[in-house]
Amino acid sequence: MKNIRNFCIIAHIDHGKSTLADRLLQTTGTISDRDMQSQALDDMELERERGITIKSHAIQMDYEHDGEKYTYNLIDTPGHVDFSYEVSRSIAACEGALLIVDASQGIEAQTISNLYLALEHDLEIIPILNKMDLPGAEPEEVTDQIVDLIGCDPSDVIPASGKTGLGVDKILEAILTRIPAPSGDPKAPLQAMVFDSVFNPFRGIIAYFRVMNGAMHKGEKVKFLNTGESYTADEIGILRMTPQPRNVVKTGDVGYIISGIKQAKDVKVGETITNHENPCETAVKGFEDVKPMVFAGIYPVDTDDFEELRYSMEKLQLNDSSLVFEPESSAALGFGFRCGFLGMLHMEIIQERLEREFNMTVITTVPNVSYFCYTKKEPTVRQIVNNPSELPDPSIIEMIEEPYIKAQVITKSEYVGQVMNLCVEKRGELQNQVYLTQDRVEITFNMPMAEIVFDFYDRLKSVSRGYASFDYHPIGYQSSDLVKLDVLLNHEQVDALSALVHRSNAFDLGKKICLKLKELIPRQQFEIPVQASIGAKVIARETIKALRKDVTAKCYGGDISRKRKLLEKQKQGKKRMRQVGRVEVPQEAFLAVLKLND
Amino acid sequence: MAGIYIHIPFCKQKCTYCDFHFSTSFKSYREKMIQAICLELTQRVDYLQNQSISTVYFGGGTPSLLTKEELKKIVDTVSKNYTVEEDFEFTLEANPDDITEAQLEMWKAAGVNRLSIGLQSFLQEDLDWMNRAHTAIESESAVRLAKKFGFQLTVDLIYGLPNRSLNDWKNNIQKLTSLDPEHISAYCLTIEKRTALHHMVDKGDLPQVSEDDQSEQFEMLLQEMNNAGYHQYEISNFAKGENYSRHNSNYWNGVDYLGIGPSAHSFDGKSRRWNIANNPKYIKGIFEGFSNHEDEILSSTDQFNELLLTGLRTKWGVNYKKLSELHKPSEAFIKQLNSFRSFGLIQEETDTILLTQKGKLQADYIAAMLFLEE
Ligand SMILES: Nc1nc2c(ncn2[C@@H]2O[C@H](COP(=O)(O)OP(=O)(O)OP(=O)(O)O)[C@@H](O)[C@H]2O)c(=O)[nH]1
Ligand code: SF4
Ligand SMILES: [Mg+2]
Repeated sequence: MKNIRNFCIIAHIDHGKSTLADRLLQTTGTISDRDMQSQALDDMELERERGITIKSHAIQMDYEHDGEKYTYNLIDTPGHVDFSYEVSRSIAACEGALLIVDASQGIEAQTISNLYLALEHDLEIIPILNKMDLPGAEPEEVTDQIVDLIGCDPSDVIPASGKTGLGVDKILEAILTRIPAPSGDPKAPLQAMVFDSVFNPFRGIIAYFRVMNGAMHKGEKVKFLNTGESYTADEIGILRMTPQPRNVVKTGDVGYIISGIKQAKDVKVGETITNHENPCETAVKGFEDVKPMVFAGIYPVDTDDFEELRYSMEKLQLNDSSLVFEPESSAALGFGFRCGFLGMLHMEIIQERLEREFNMTVITTVPNVSYFCYTKKEPTVRQIVNNPSELPDPSIIEMIEEPYIKAQVITKSEYVGQVMNLCVEKRGELQNQVYLTQDRVEITFNMPMAEIVFDFYDRLKSVSRGYASFDYHPIGYQSSDLVKLDVLLNHEQVDALSALVHRSNAFDLGKKICLKLKELIPRQQFEIPVQASIGAKVIARETIKALRKDVTAKCYGGDISRKRKLLEKQKQGKKRMRQVGRVEVPQEAFLAVLKLND
Repeated sequence: MAGIYIHIPFCKQKCTYCDFHFSTSFKSYREKMIQAICLELTQRVDYLQNQSISTVYFGGGTPSLLTKEELKKIVDTVSKNYTVEEDFEFTLEANPDDITEAQLEMWKAAGVNRLSIGLQSFLQEDLDWMNRAHTAIESESAVRLAKKFGFQLTVDLIYGLPNRSLNDWKNNIQKLTSLDPEHISAYCLTIEKRTALHHMVDKGDLPQVSEDDQSEQFEMLLQEMNNAGYHQYEISNFAKGENYSRHNSNYWNGVDYLGIGPSAHSFDGKSRRWNIANNPKYIKGIFEGFSNHEDEILSSTDQFNELLLTGLRTKWGVNYKKLSELHKPSEAFIKQLNSFRSFGLIQEETDTILLTQKGKLQADYIAAMLFLEE
């Protein structure tokens, strides 16, 4: 046990966690040079394509120092705020963390929030100044920031580069000398904590665990303390580039178990595994359930595909237990599902995975947060509203509450003014403003979660020219003066386009939504009025003129096949449209409200 | 019955809207190119499988740049290797700045019987904006002169330019109809990739022409053509009497054709092929006996869609029986037809689907929606 080290890699998004992990894997010979590819741990197709980590990834390495052999268990974590629950879980399985900071960017919002997560669990922090090879690296300045933040000695900060391999040997050594070996009682009954699980179509659920006390043996009967279910440990082992079966996984080590579990929901992350006959006395401290922050309807473009969509969503949930959904129906779109997501990126990823992995063309409706509504009749009864069209009639509403977040923005001092303006526009209230260094400012404010569902990220990026990072945490509900903004196409209300908005923004938003829809809905054989209304009152109107001309001038010899291919595409595009009343509405129009400022 | 298209990839200067394949600096390999074209004509003599040749079309680029010797060399190669029908149509594209008495005489002697004049506009500012090599005065005199020599004439016009009034367009049309060519092709300007105009659009330097303005100009065109006694037999083509372009009509009717020269396309009913659009590489390939080209085999769905796409554009429409032979029309197809009929976009005559006047403005949309999918 004294030769085991468990650690995770944490950082702000894109600061180079996965790339540095590559170097560690390579230097320790865990992955051969021949099999090496960049960000080798990002093995999902979507991760590779987008160049980001979505899921944590655990892997074991061998390390030799002064003739002694050591076992290193590394967990690479995602940096994006939507997936911060992945970071918390990983942290719970470790004694130390590599905190990576991009030397050209400095400390950013998730650097701080992830650091705090690690400190809450008393992890030993090894600060690493990464991307030293970049010409824009500012080692002194960023070292100062790090020293200020964690109170370490400047010499504790290891300069490194995931690109050139600088500092990798030092890091490997620091892991050994600075991070404590796991503690635990090898003779006690088995107590293991599940920190992740993945679905494998052939093997079912594979749960990843960390042994806190005792040991797990292949073939033993294990019990899951929270569910009370018992299973046989059909296969256990350690996590290398491919899983390696073992007969035993000992105290302090990290491993996997396959035990015939078919559904992700039967193995909660945070679950305690123990021996069926000789159970441990206490469960490990579990995790709070991840709560969805954003809700949206997902509907098949083709109404006949509803059952297939259900099947696909269930399959997807096996992989991603943070996805929640229940059936709902919409007057405009028929049968579909109301889904809960961790954030906007998560929503985008689910939609993309449905299309890619299940070949489902879906419509995602305007996303919203979860509201509380109280009626005049029962002012103490809280109704949860996850879909604006379920909101009771305004005349009987006593009060609506919406979720608030505490948001932290870190930016350069020259953009403070613009960032503040944006926050005020988004109904934010300034809480605090701290200069981290002379030209880096952390601004904290409370604001409605609903505002970040719209275009907050994009706006923040553009007002700060990319020099702002953002992090948030829910802080409860507050009452707000909200109204339901409806959209009518060709005089018919389209429930899937309704949104709850603050009364003060309603007119402006209504106008912008109409304009955007006019841009996104192609001209059709007849004129289409697009209206926004609050209740019966129309507050904005645009008109999509009837299609008049769609013909190209030339069509000779070689033009013919070129033309045919173009028109085939045009027809494909039409398949992504949904008929609402008489109007054909393209898939992307349902998300129009998210792109009002494009 | 089959056609031969010969691509002459030379131009004096580059017009701003043009995405055809050509080069303006060709001196060094001019002779080689003509040799290569002749060589390709002999190499591919089997492509049309002994069908007789009813049309020969010299396009480009600028075929009116060919010298007497060059033209003769190519024409001789055609007649030596192919069975050319007695009354074949022999079209040559010519720019107004190349149209002189001497040239006209030379073309006549070579057997050309139809001239396609790239006139585009009678307005000097249009010609400047398009970077055409000729002047407005040359536009007019070229047509008069060519007419005197007894060629069957077709003249090209372009509309839908930014910042032009409907009246400018009307004057252009009337000027042309007063010169009385047998045939007129009128094209709405499109901004193609890799053109000067596209570059201007990217930079934001080009005002957009609205769909509505283009539609009005198109409707004006139809009306003026009708008044002057031309009838529309294809979206952009108008003829007096029976003076259709036989060569182009063959494209729309699925007749086989052999395309010679860089970038030229060929079609044999089931597949399409196009030569490489690069002059030196083309020449090299031909001389080394391995030709630089791509092929595309047309599935029956492709053929079905092409039949729709080309047929709907013509006054002959789409033959329902021919379509059904390729694929039995689906329920969705019939439903779509009915919907178009109810919007007054199509009309049917025995066994034929035709576009109405309103439908002609939406020919692409209608074809696309009727397409079959693999
Ligand atoms: N120049 C340079 N670029 C680096 C270095 N490390 C990573 N990068 C680049 O930075 C980008 C992000 O790298 P990743 O390793 O995917 O970052 P990450 O922290 O894992 O990102 P997330 O998992 O999405 O939070 C990639 O384009 C890398 O090629 C480095 O040391 N030097
Ligand atoms: S339009 Fe004709 S003359 Fe002008 S560049 Fe194109 S091919 Fe040459
Ligand atoms: Mg990563």
